[in-house]
Amino acid sequence: MVNMGPQHPSTHGVFRMVLWVDGERIVDAEPHIGYLHRGSEKLCEGELYPQIITLFDRMDYLANYNMEMAFCATVEKIMGITVPDRAEYIRVILCELNRICSHMLFYGTMGLDAGAMTPIMYGFRERERIQNLFEAVSGARMMHNYFRIGGLREDPPDDFAERVAGILPALAQGIEEGDKLLTYNEVFLARSRGVGVLSGQDALDYGLSGPSLRASGIPDDIRVTEPYSIYDRFDFDIPVGNNGDTWDRYAMRVEEMRQSLRIIEQALEQMPDDGPIKATGVRGIPRPPEGEVYVRVETPRGEMGVYLVSDGGDKPYRLKVRPPSFANLQALRPMLRGVYIADAVMILGSLDIVLGEVDR
Amino acid sequence: MLSTLKGMLMTLRTSLRKPVTAQYPKEHLPLMERQVGFPALTWDADVSEPYCVGCMVCVRMCPTQCMSGTMIDNPHHAEGKSTRRKIIEEFEINLGRCILCGLCVEVCNFDAIEMSHEHEISHFARNGRRSDLPVLLEMGKKYQSETNWISPAVKKAAIAAEKAAAAPAAEAGETKEDVSAVADETEGEAK
Repeated sequence: MVNMGPQHPSTHGVFRMVLWVDGERIVDAEPHIGYLHRGSEKLCEGELYPQIITLFDRMDYLANYNMEMAFCATVEKIMGITVPDRAEYIRVILCELNRICSHMLFYGTMGLDAGAMTPIMYGFRERERIQNLFEAVSGARMMHNYFRIGGLREDPPDDFAERVAGILPALAQGIEEGDKLLTYNEVFLARSRGVGVLSGQDALDYGLSGPSLRASGIPDDIRVTEPYSIYDRFDFDIPVGNNGDTWDRYAMRVEEMRQSLRIIEQALEQMPDDGPIKATGVRGIPRPPEGEVYVRVETPRGEMGVYLVSDGGDKPYRLKVRPPSFANLQALRPMLRGVYIADAVMILGSLDIVLGEVDR
Repeated sequence: MLSTLKGMLMTLRTSLRKPVTAQYPKEHLPLMERQVGFPALTWDADVSEPYCVGCMVCVRMCPTQCMSGTMIDNPHHAEGKSTRRKIIEEFEINLGRCILCGLCVEVCNFDAIEMSHEHEISHFARNGRRSDLPVLLEMGKKYQSETNWISPAVKKAAIAAEKAAAAPAAEAGETKEDVSAVADETEGEAK
C-alpha cells in the first residue's frame, strides 16, 4: 500500500491517493478528496448574486472567466436577460483565451509528469502573453470578477481588439512549437500511448466530459451540441480521439487550443466596435423570479453545470454545481488498475483536474 | 548531426537574449493602468475632506465583511464650506481579509472608494493591515496623484457636455426616446 499525496507536484491542488500495489503494478487505487473543501455551495446561499461571482472565480482557478460565464449565464437564463452582442463577443474571446491559457498549463505539467522540463517553460511563455492581456482588461491575473449578470463590469481597454489580434500569431506559433517539441517525442509516446485506456462506453458511464471524454471517441462538446452564449455563430471542429489513452487526452487539448484560436479570430471579425456592454434593466442587486434552472457550459475541463433554485430573493435558495473535474476524477480508479506506479502520475495529469472545483 | 547543430543554434540564440525575469524586490515591473490593488479612500482636495459620506453601501456589499465605518454630521457643511451634509467619521478595512473583488468600488455612488495600485501589504503583526481612515486616505491620495484621477464633479460635467452636444444633432423622434431613456436612468438611480 502506497500513499500518494496530499501534496504532490502533479496535482493542481491537494489530492491524496492510496494505491495498493503488487510489485510495480497497481492493484487498486482509492482517491481521497476534500482537502480543498471550502463549502462554496453553502456559502452561495448566504451571498448576494453579484457576490457569488467571486466564489465562482475561486472554484476553477485556472479558468476563471469560464466559471464566471457559467454563473452569469445561469442567472441570465432564469431572469430572461439578453446580453448585448458586444458583451457576448468579449466574453467569448476571453473564455477562449482562458481555455488556451488553461490548456497551456496542462501542456506544461503533462511534460513535467513525463519527466520533460522544457514544455512548462514554453507553456508559461504563452500563458504570460494571455495573462498580460487579462491584466489589462480586468486588472487581475487570476480572480478577475469581470463578468456581470447581464454583461461586463466595464468596457475593455480601447486597444482590446488590436491587442488580442496582436498576440494571436504568437500564440499560434507557440502552440505549433510546443506541438513539435512534445507530441511525437519518442519517449513521450512510449510513456503515454496505450496507457490508462478508457473505452468510450466506460467514459460515458463514468460521466466524463470535455477533452477527456472526446479522447475516448465520443464527439460531445456543449459549445456545439447545446450552444450557449453565441457559440452557434462560429465555425470550429471538435477533435475526437481514437483510443482513449493518455496520449489522446493530451492531443485533444493541443488540438483544442488551435480551435480556440479559430473561434477568437472569427469573434474578432464579427465583434461590433461599439455598443453597450451591459443589458439594460439590470440595476442594483438582481432578484431572479421564483423557479429553478440548470445551465451547462463547456469549461476547459468539461461540462460545468450550475443548478440554481431561486425563491425570488436577492440570494439563491440553493445552488448546486456539477463540476467537470469531480466527475472526471471518478474514472481514475478503473484507469489505474494494472498500470505501473510510474504511470499513475501521468494518468492523473492527463485528466487535468483542478482540485478547487473537485472539492469546492 | 544536423538536428544537434540546430538545437545548439537555438541554445545559443536563447542565451544571447536579454532575460525577461525581473529580480523582484529590487526591480518592479510596471503596473497596468487597471491594476487592481487594495481599496483606498479618495480625498477631495477642494474642500479638504474625504469624498466618502459614510453611506455604508460598500460595507453592505463586501463579500468578506472586511469593512466597517460610522457616519457623522459634516462640520464643514455647517460652516457652508462643503455640500456634504454627512461625512465619514471612522472607517476601517481589514486589508488582510480583502479579496480585491472591486464590488465596493462598483456600488459607490460618490467615487469615494477606488482600487488603488497598492499591492505590497506584508506586515509583521497579524492584524497589522487593519487600515483605518488616515491610512486609507493616504493610500487614496497616493493613487490620485499617481494616476490622472478624474473627480466625479468633472466627470459629471463631461457627461453633461457630451449629452448637450449630442442632443441638437439627434432628430426629433430620437430625442423623445433619449429623454425617456434618461428618465429611466434617473429613476433607476433613485431606486
